[in-house]
Amino acid sequence: MTEIIWLGRGGQGAFTAAKLLGAAYADKGSENYALAFPSFGPERRGAPVTAFTKLSSKPVLDRSETEKADHIIILDDTLYSDQLKKLLKNNGKIIVNSRKIADDKIISFDCDSIASELRLPTVNTILLGIFSAVSGAVSVEDIERSIDGYMPEKIREKNKQAVRRSAEEVLK
Amino acid sequence: MKKFLSGNEAFAEGIRLARPAIISAYPITPQTIVVERLSEMVECGSLRSEFIHVESEHSALSCAMGASAAGVRAFTATSSQGLLYMAECLYYASGGRFPIVMMNANRSTALPWNIYGDQRDSISQLDSGWIQAYAENAQESLDLALMSYYIAEKTSTPFMVNLDGFVLTHTYEEVDIPDEEQADKFLPPYETDNKLDLDDPKNMAFSAGPDYNYIFKFKEHQALLNAKKIIKKAEKDFAEIFGRKYSGLIENYKTEDAEFILITIGSIAGLCRKTVDKLRAEGRKVGVVRLRYLRPFPTAELVGSVKNAKAVGVPEKDISFGNEGTVFTNVNSALFQGKIAIPSYNFIGGLGGKNISHEDIENIFDLIENGAERVNFIGIEVE
Repeated sequence: MTEIIWLGRGGQGAFTAAKLLGAAYADKGSENYALAFPSFGPERRGAPVTAFTKLSSKPVLDRSETEKADHIIILDDTLYSDQLKKLLKNNGKIIVNSRKIADDKIISFDCDSIASELRLPTVNTILLGIFSAVSGAVSVEDIERSIDGYMPEKIREKNKQAVRRSAEEVLK
Repeated sequence: MKKFLSGNEAFAEGIRLARPAIISAYPITPQTIVVERLSEMVECGSLRSEFIHVESEHSALSCAMGASAAGVRAFTATSSQGLLYMAECLYYASGGRFPIVMMNANRSTALPWNIYGDQRDSISQLDSGWIQAYAENAQESLDLALMSYYIAEKTSTPFMVNLDGFVLTHTYEEVDIPDEEQADKFLPPYETDNKLDLDDPKNMAFSAGPDYNYIFKFKEHQALLNAKKIIKKAEKDFAEIFGRKYSGLIENYKTEDAEFILITIGSIAGLCRKTVDKLRAEGRKVGVVRLRYLRPFPTAELVGSVKNAKAVGVPEKDISFGNEGTVFTNVNSALFQGKIAIPSYNFIGGLGGKNISHEDIENIFDLIENGAERVNFIGIEVE
């Protein structure tokens, strides 16, 4: 099972990304199962938000919060702390939207630049593109299908562009 | 069609397919999304129904009863304090034999105030005369939305479908949504004699003194027992039309040769099964029974599943203060009726949304194998 923890702030779309990833993976085939859920509780704009995606070749029976993740994806680098590494599995990696944080457990990527270039208010789908390129668990096409299925029509094209653009950037 | 949906959204899809004429509800966390989705469906025309946004839960169920008395299918949904606020009406609905369906998002009850999941709300209403089912995942939630009307209408008994708050209501997974033609075949329009009818006037929702009252209560009891047969028939018809099979009042997992068995309800059952697989790989003979229904209570079925066990444990997210967990009380009554004299242990956990981990479940298996207190609180050491 591949387990992903998403960290963001209310309004940045961490849970939307968790859901899009789950949908993209589950839709690939009959042997693909996914669970996506937010950290439960009241929702507040700007407050830290945690979300979870679990991807598996068997039905996901454990509905509890992930304790050890393959990837921790951070939308806002003010939420980063070294303590987060304790939540990683042995080969786990942190993917963070940042220009400054870097070491061997961390893949950092300046998502804000791509977002402003594309005039996107959020970086969640940019990080989905990076996750796709880094992990190979889902393809860019899988995520595009998921965006078509679950995002409002008027923001689909921009977000699909964001996924493609960021995946290319990683593979460059 | 497959979609990635939360438990609430899946349930709303099931209700859309059941086509209630009236939806009356008051929003409360974590039920809110099911009501939001249904109001959107009514707004966009994918569900032709009257959506009545009432001022309280007491009114929500009163309104559903009025609709049911007019001879149409009615739906409401609530949670926690909302369910308790409508408690008076629960008994009116069951006594009036109105086959209303209600979704309850299982949530803790105040005080201390808490919005997270446990099952003290619905379990406090086991005696209200409603059928009570507990779903494990989003697909079963959708399927129960459809089956609940079938069963309620054939038994003239209201039906409460329970979904664990957040863990089920707010968790997204892939769900197969049947098409409308299939759903209509399974659940034709509601027809009843128990309605207000100008051409055939009758006395409804009347009073009955000591001379007759007990006969009505006996009939209510008979109807709930009779629901066992109707549930089987509903699942048989359901499997023929939709291809998905359900196992009746209980669901057994590796119980056949199991020496130590957990008996539980709701969405925690998946984690119990996963733990069973792990312990089985270590050579331990363990199993799980999930009670899909608490009313009618699956006495005979449960006895059949645990008759060869050495001990059983009942983890549950509720407590009847001053006694023990209520599921445990019901399980022990069944064991006694089945002349099964084995140790049984109760594990109270998950209150106010506290996470139950796989270590907790493993620990419970260790305890029932080696002996424990009769009533144990997960995470609390009592001297």
